[in-house]
Amino acid sequence: MSKVLIVAEHDGKALNPSVAKCVSCARGIDGATVDVAVLAVDGAGLAEAAAAIDGVDRVLRIDNPANEHLLAATVAPQVAAVAADYTHVFGPSTMFGKDLMPRVAALLEVNQVSDIMEVLGPYRFKRPIYAGNVVITVEAAEDRLLVATVRTASYQAAGDGGSASIESRDVDAELPGHSRFVKLEAGSSDRPDLQTAPRVVSGGRALGSEENFELIYSFADSIGAAVGASRAAVDAGYVPNEMQVGQTGKIIAPELYFAIGISGAIQHLTGIKDAGTIVAINKDAEAPIFEVADIGLVGDLFKVVPELKEALGS
Amino acid sequence: MKKILVGLKRVVDYNVRVRVRGDGSGVETDGVKMSINPFDEIALEEALRIRERGDVGEIVAVSIGPAEAQQQLRTGLAMGADRAILVRSDRDVDSLTAARMLLEIVRREEPELVLLGKQAIDNDNNQTGQMLAALWGRPQATFASKIDVGDGKLTVKREVDVGLETVEVDLPAVVTTDLRLNEPRYVKLPDIMKAKKKPLDEIDAAELGAEPDDGIRTVAWEPPAERQKGIMVEDVAGLVAALKDKGLF
Repeated sequence: MSKVLIVAEHDGKALNPSVAKCVSCARGIDGATVDVAVLAVDGAGLAEAAAAIDGVDRVLRIDNPANEHLLAATVAPQVAAVAADYTHVFGPSTMFGKDLMPRVAALLEVNQVSDIMEVLGPYRFKRPIYAGNVVITVEAAEDRLLVATVRTASYQAAGDGGSASIESRDVDAELPGHSRFVKLEAGSSDRPDLQTAPRVVSGGRALGSEENFELIYSFADSIGAAVGASRAAVDAGYVPNEMQVGQTGKIIAPELYFAIGISGAIQHLTGIKDAGTIVAINKDAEAPIFEVADIGLVGDLFKVVPELKEALGS
Repeated sequence: MKKILVGLKRVVDYNVRVRVRGDGSGVETDGVKMSINPFDEIALEEALRIRERGDVGEIVAVSIGPAEAQQQLRTGLAMGADRAILVRSDRDVDSLTAARMLLEIVRREEPELVLLGKQAIDNDNNQTGQMLAALWGRPQATFASKIDVGDGKLTVKREVDVGLETVEVDLPAVVTTDLRLNEPRYVKLPDIMKAKKKPLDEIDAAELGAEPDDGIRTVAWEPPAERQKGIMVEDVAGLVAALKDKGLF
């Protein structure tokens, strides 16, 4: 029988929504038990939150002063130390999981399945390669521990209402001192979170400047949407890097996505494939974004977006 | 630093629209343009800039792949690497094995810094740098968007989901590069001529003692599910009507 351990991503105060998505993925393995490991300085509240996720059987609370910033070099040995009790160890395919999980896998001397998008069996999964242009089925050896990251955009978050047991664990692992956290510069925003918002408005290079990007913010605010951007807009300095949607930015799956002034490079499309409805607004009728859009409008964004705000905004 | 080791993987060029073979047996690579993995090119560019600031003596480029990967190493030499090593392997090398091979090269070459792309754009795994750091027992600074070289340590700005995280790591270390670290230079013709004279050593993969790991095998390839064809609307009124029609407003 499969025993899955999920490594919880959090910021010390709250669990990241990726945890409940990993739980949904793990639940796709027939008959699996699902445990969540919470590594923190004082994980009491986080462990309770994890215990309340539907489908979690047990929470391992691993408190350690070294877990203040969850650096891969310090977290990986602790995860590897508890992994022996499990058949699968999952993390999210967020920057946190991408950084951490291969380090865990190597410590356990196994390869990793990156970006699980579909569970076909306990050791059989689908995952995207080539920026999502190809989907492969991989089969893993059943006699080895399986380490994987979960493509969070492919899964709905598991609900609340669970009541898993919480177990405190002392982990005996040597933690290196060669890597130190210095600081985090986080974009402060009262807007909805890009990775979980049901509505997202993204702007591209056609906005032309940081000032003009205000048009995107203002439309997004009027419909309660999160704000994203194409790589071109980030590279041009209109918006910070954490707003990038695409192959190397965030992979998202909102119910409604507005691509405004975005041509639709394949790398951007990779990031929005799972969106419910894609609306494209672009001056260029030949822009590739129209090939994937559910609703397309050829027009000047500087004219269209204010009208749209007027019609839809509140 | 005395030496930086840079990984250069040969991959299908960024601009090629990759297709699954008609019989579903893999990805069509015949006659397709091959290039240095773009993230690895950024890694090499960063090494060159560190050298231009006088912070490193030698830059060694390494690739694991078929004989043809010599082309990518020659391009790396033309960009400015001092010498190159091809770990010759005619089969696909999994991430763990690649990390083990790189570790063996690290033991032979003793670089203070290994710079790799954060992921190869073919399999999009995003694993090898982290695995090498783990096996080596050294720090990793992944998804770097700025690297400052200090005395026996690096300060690295990393792209994370909420913004930018700064970490300090002792050397030796592994750093993987993100897109905004730099813009790689173009290779000039005289440099291509000069690169022909630079040393390019070949090592047989088997000689490095890392057996391929087939713990995870690919058994099927398919194109992704197509999205349904959408509609075009004439104006904002049409767009609003279509959105309301779908129950979205």
